[in-house]
Amino acid sequence: MWLDITVREAPFVVAFEEERLLAEAGDAGAVVTFQGRVRGHDGELPLAALHLEHYPGVTEDEIARIARDAQTRWPLTACRVLHRVGRLAVGEGIVLLMVASRHRAAAFAAAEYLMDYLKTEAPFWKREEFVDGSCRWVDAKTSDDEAARRWEADA
Amino acid sequence: MIRILYFGFLREALGRDSETLAWDGGDSDALLALLRERGDNWAAALAPDKVFRVVVDREVRRGVVAIPDGAEVGILPPVTGG
Repeated sequence: MWLDITVREAPFVVAFEEERLLAEAGDAGAVVTFQGRVRGHDGELPLAALHLEHYPGVTEDEIARIARDAQTRWPLTACRVLHRVGRLAVGEGIVLLMVASRHRAAAFAAAEYLMDYLKTEAPFWKREEFVDGSCRWVDAKTSDDEAARRWEADA
Repeated sequence: MIRILYFGFLREALGRDSETLAWDGGDSDALLALLRERGDNWAAALAPDKVFRVVVDREVRRGVVAIPDGAEVGILPPVTGG
């Protein structure tokens, strides 16, 4: 499996990343691309931006471990994870995930698995900056933990 | 001596992003117990449900981990990426 992991401040260009992945993906009949983007609201409060931080080195290693775990479950030919950090304004991309496999069922499932574990295991922390200037650290969601746990049953 | 790194809300709650600490050896539970004794805000910020993982020398392991002298120790609150 071709695996490429990047954590950086700069934005991503999906078409560019897809072209890179396809050049390495071999005989892949399915490519699933997921983008996470900054929503304009948290509940009723209008959001200006998110601030993301990580643990350099450790975060990349954890994403690689999650991707290798996914590879033991599904026959993946390529995987690209690009996660941004720093100040990200509403509407900007936070994370880009691409998974290639021979068939679509594996690509869809692996993409979900990767996002579920990326959200619950990879060391990133988000702080919300609201339009009124106030800030708040985001709490971990139990719904994310539950989403990740459903994979344990079929391990 | 060990070097401790704080992440996420812990940096703000504890007013620092890192520190060095004299260390005679022990595990992550012993370190957390020692830090919680510093006061109520430390005990609250480092309550068991606020500490997702203690990472020693950048090697991620689950549960209680040994901390050798000279280690870099990252204290990670629950993660919120993606």
